[in-house]
Amino acid sequence: MSEQLESGAPTFLDRFPQEAKVVRAALGSSFVALFLGALFGIVQTLHRTDVFRFMDAEYYYTVLTAHGVLMVVSFTIFFLVGIYTWGVVRSLDRPLENIRFTWAWYGMMVAGTLLAVVPILGGFVDTSELSADVLFTFYAPKQAHPLFYGGLSVFLIGTWMAGADWFRSYFAWKQENPDERIPLQTFMALITMLMWYIASIGITIAVVGFLLPWSLGLFNDINALLTRTLFWFWGHPVVYFWLMPAYMLWYTVLPTISGGRLFSDPLGRVVFILFLMLSTPVGIHHQYLDPGISEGFKAIAMTNTMFLLLPSLLTAFTVVASMEHGARQRGGTGLFGWLRALPWRDPAFTGMTLAGLMFAAGGFSGMVNAGLNINYLVHNTLWVPGHFHLTVGTAVALTFMAGTYWLWPQLTNRELYSRPIALAQVILWFVGMALMSNAMHVAGLFGMPRRTAEPQYEGFDFTATFGSIAEFDLQLAIGGTLLTISTLLFVVNIALTSAGPKVSGLGKPLSEPLSGPEDSPEILDNLKLWIVIALVLVVLAYTLPLASIIERGGVFGPGVDPVPMVVEPLVAYAEAAAGESAVGRLATAIGGVLP
Amino acid sequence: MHIHDYEKIWLVLAMLLIVAIITTITYGATAAGIGMISDQEETIDSNALDEDERFAEPRVEQVGENEYEAYVIAQQFVFSPDPIEVPANSRVTFYITSPDVLHGFHVEGTNANTMVIPGEVSKLTVEPNEPGEYGIVCNEYCGSGHHTMEGLLIVHPEDEFELEGDSDE
Repeated sequence: MSEQLESGAPTFLDRFPQEAKVVRAALGSSFVALFLGALFGIVQTLHRTDVFRFMDAEYYYTVLTAHGVLMVVSFTIFFLVGIYTWGVVRSLDRPLENIRFTWAWYGMMVAGTLLAVVPILGGFVDTSELSADVLFTFYAPKQAHPLFYGGLSVFLIGTWMAGADWFRSYFAWKQENPDERIPLQTFMALITMLMWYIASIGITIAVVGFLLPWSLGLFNDINALLTRTLFWFWGHPVVYFWLMPAYMLWYTVLPTISGGRLFSDPLGRVVFILFLMLSTPVGIHHQYLDPGISEGFKAIAMTNTMFLLLPSLLTAFTVVASMEHGARQRGGTGLFGWLRALPWRDPAFTGMTLAGLMFAAGGFSGMVNAGLNINYLVHNTLWVPGHFHLTVGTAVALTFMAGTYWLWPQLTNRELYSRPIALAQVILWFVGMALMSNAMHVAGLFGMPRRTAEPQYEGFDFTATFGSIAEFDLQLAIGGTLLTISTLLFVVNIALTSAGPKVSGLGKPLSEPLSGPEDSPEILDNLKLWIVIALVLVVLAYTLPLASIIERGGVFGPGVDPVPMVVEPLVAYAEAAAGESAVGRLATAIGGVLP
Repeated sequence: MHIHDYEKIWLVLAMLLIVAIITTITYGATAAGIGMISDQEETIDSNALDEDERFAEPRVEQVGENEYEAYVIAQQFVFSPDPIEVPANSRVTFYITSPDVLHGFHVEGTNANTMVIPGEVSKLTVEPNEPGEYGIVCNEYCGSGHHTMEGLLIVHPEDEFELEGDSDE
């Protein structure tokens, strides 16, 4: 079957050379972020498990900030804009309206990333004021350098422009094809962006309205609970922002490489609409343990969150059904015997399938997180990063890498450098993550905190109810090492592919769904309706909690001063800064919080 | 819209699973009486904790027969008081706040776990039964010394417990 698909069809590069260049640039940027993020990842893995420590503990937080931002902002979102540009152009079958606009948003995203990364890396320089050891969540009143917030804003605007670019394509296409259904990939990209625009309301108010002017010294007080709540207004939908491009690959590419066809196009649309409606009014489930938010609001967020399981459960069915169809097309038989007929030697197939399998495990640990009261046992323990390394760290990351093995040749007209290495790479990721994530979940149950440089305490030891803490530390370190090797194999394989000789005919057309869009009611394509419903749900979920937080603490908070995050201990820093008028403000601010 | 029969069955099972989970959690929250961090406490001026009657002097206080209140400050990078000492088989309500940044307060090996947010007061009630020493960990990143931020909860056997200053009464 796959030979047949590779029989000389033109590639995306052949058909849309200018767009292919942008997609390559976006994916390339995402791989650079992945590579750097992985280096920071292994440093922190070895440090916190006390396997190998070569830096002072305080730098751990600089490393962790860099790992978090590079992985979940740069890697994931650069990949998203690349793959969606490909999906929109491919499925509408028309070039973008203005390629210079496209390069403009790509440029914004690159500039934003660089602006944010400079102060993060400034954390390594002892004498530098340029610092942003605030981690990915940048909760006030921990304060980063204004460049950090500025960079994030520029990056965000770049992503909004990318969405506008795809909408522009869609509107132009619609003019010419007024009676056609929106092609599935475009539909998925547009729905994702609608969700993203709604989610961005929260982060925009937090960063532009509060954190950026506050870091510039325009005002001194901040309502820590308010900015944290606005962060999570955006912070939960962002996890679906990472996930939805992976879903797009599962729905539109995985069935084809399984040798079959998507089971149901309409249900794919339903799933994305559910994500649009439900992914924002749930952010408070990250704040179950926050004082100042009532139990009732938390319970509402919990209920919405549980219903958010539905689109993922539906996806599990559709994707597995599509794979089974593919296997039977390839001659597979029996109740489970068809599994053997799947193309397990294809790294793109195996990578995506293993990613999906891990997503199921991540879904179950996510249910524990979402459980309003069960959450108390695991909140802020290592269990939580254990969970999201299964979701964003595998379901998303591994699907992206597997998808790249399939797509990169069609963007470059070059054959994948090595399929066996690629296959080994995806399996290594699976094994490495199984070890690391398992160790993290278990250590979390034993109470070990996340985001902690050296979780070894003086006054007590963690009690391991089975095994030993040392054992799980070692497991975590081995898993992290395998993941780093896997990342290197991926990056090198793609780099060598790009350096290979050009060939033609690498195009791989996608198969049509078994049940196409004509089987679904047209209302599914009514974007205006879904955005209105989504907005209403957000208003319902957030108006009262936000009003209550502001009523309780005021817009600028009940007297909470900024605490700049610098590597030197605060006291020493305040003394050093006291003499200099330029930073005198800082010293005064710190003076207010020192005993 | 055409939905395959198997898909319908799957859909129904998925909905049942969701409803079952929500029911379990609601049961835990209501019938089993697992209280949650909520918004009962007023906000507080985090710059003026030294003027607050509860937090000027972080301490444990007896407020009724077998009922205690602990006023705890979490700040970079200590908990006070430290250690926190209470008797077994009592009911202890913690009030925790921060003068600087976000912190966590997690009594190890238990589900006594809360965020500590400057400007807000976290209230949680526990019923320690087993005498012993329990580590307290700050589990929210709070700055360069975060990993050194720990405390101790000592649960004394009932008959051996005496609150500081009690002997004078």
